[in-house]
Amino acid sequence: MIEEEFDAIVIGAGMSGNAAAYTMASQGLKVLQLERGEYPGSKNVQGAIMYANMLEEIIPDFRDDAPLERHLVEQRLWVMDDTSHTGIHYRSDDFNEAKPNRYTIIRTQFDKWFSRKVREAGATVLCETTVTELVRDAKGKVIGVRTDRAGGAIYTDVVVLAEGVGGLLGTRGGLRKMLKPEAVALAVKEMHFLPEEVIEQRFGLKGGEGCVIEAVGTISRGMTGLGFLYTNKESISLGIGCLVSDFAAMRESPYALLDALKSHPSIRPLIAGSEVKEYAAHLIPEGGFKAIPQLFGDGWVVVGDAAQLNNAVHREGSNLAMTSGRIAAEAIVQVKSRNDPMTKLNLALYKTMLDESFVVKDLRKYKDMPALLHNNAGNFFTTYPRLMSEAAQNFMRVDGTPKIEKEKATTAAFIKARSRLGLVSDAVRLALAWR
Amino acid sequence: MTNPVTNLRVEDKLYQNRYLVEPGRPHIKVRPHAWPSANLLALTLVCPAKCYELYDKGQVEITPDGCMECGTCRILCETSGEIEWNYPRGGFGVLFKFG
Repeated sequence: MIEEEFDAIVIGAGMSGNAAAYTMASQGLKVLQLERGEYPGSKNVQGAIMYANMLEEIIPDFRDDAPLERHLVEQRLWVMDDTSHTGIHYRSDDFNEAKPNRYTIIRTQFDKWFSRKVREAGATVLCETTVTELVRDAKGKVIGVRTDRAGGAIYTDVVVLAEGVGGLLGTRGGLRKMLKPEAVALAVKEMHFLPEEVIEQRFGLKGGEGCVIEAVGTISRGMTGLGFLYTNKESISLGIGCLVSDFAAMRESPYALLDALKSHPSIRPLIAGSEVKEYAAHLIPEGGFKAIPQLFGDGWVVVGDAAQLNNAVHREGSNLAMTSGRIAAEAIVQVKSRNDPMTKLNLALYKTMLDESFVVKDLRKYKDMPALLHNNAGNFFTTYPRLMSEAAQNFMRVDGTPKIEKEKATTAAFIKARSRLGLVSDAVRLALAWR
Repeated sequence: MTNPVTNLRVEDKLYQNRYLVEPGRPHIKVRPHAWPSANLLALTLVCPAKCYELYDKGQVEITPDGCMECGTCRILCETSGEIEWNYPRGGFGVLFKFG
């Protein structure tokens, strides 16, 4: 039984929860963090790419001891059909800098490290503890939590809900609505282990350099989805995710998609001979700006995936999580320093500050993208990838057909598949949604 | 297509994972039903751990031992009341080694 009262209780020890707990504890607040897993990270799944700037804002010297896998020097964007891929690759030696911009990480290891920092900053971290209920006073203000451990409620001035994408407490407590199947993706992933030198040979890497591949196309079988391959030091994270609504409507199995991706002729040689050591599944918020729920209330704020803060277009999630956790914590510290109560009115500061950050600005920029991709999945994820692949092959293959005829055939294929109006309309809608 | 890497069954995939299952306390339950909804039926294919199975008489049942706690079934079937979803008790359930 915990008799003490806390300045803040953070629910969850993922990216956003750790960022919030660390920031508040380092500012001298009395923080309790509750995590249902056996150890921090044991319930957490990510691709995973970690963006340095957002962590630097929280722990400037993280590179000294954080478990980082590879710094990224190359990114490949692939459009795939059943036998081929067409790609845009960007590789630059500029990314071999003193303080690299992006790293691959292994979440469980990273989260253990982050949690150690949180404890060193002075927060109390209690694992194997599932929060079952928010405690409210007569006016509805959140004043504490109940857990599945023996003992009564634990009281606090403010609760930071960093409970992840599903977020039982917030959805059941009426703080936000249940996620809609079209606003969330299900991703599955495997960890393929290979010797370090084999990975470096296959991707042309040296000295801790890393390469990532992200792919759309027939691999998602007409669903709105994305495949990914990330190089870690001695392993490759390989996975694929599609909207839950699409999975349900198409009755596809995620593991069948993953196995098909693994046997694709473009992927297969990259993972040949690997030993799979884990299979994971996780949901990813995909609703974007329009899915952001109420972010604060009397005695509570919500951060990270629980707040649906994920940039589907740029595949950024953990940096939005860390940043929202940090900003929520800074807002709480400000309110606390003025000796003001943690009311809805005062905690609105969190949203004001978040609106000013890249988090909300980026999501607002792409506010129409989720609906566009979802409503045109067949075109964007099957028709166009097939057309692109045919066009590329037509362009590359030398067979005595006059070039003018080849070009006419490619143009005709696009028009046949989508019509002239359809092509223009797709281009305009994409441009508008991107703008 | 005999590459062993690409021929794993879901059971074999899950075998790689670590779990701490609390006996007799399943964290997800399917409510008794005459006929499953389209979403509940879809879960027999969509659940990434293949926890849901269709039984002879047309009902869907769950064995959540291999559950990775992704929440997909909750998204699809909680609103209809067909399933009851809770987190496993603290410390139990899937324990990701890498995540």
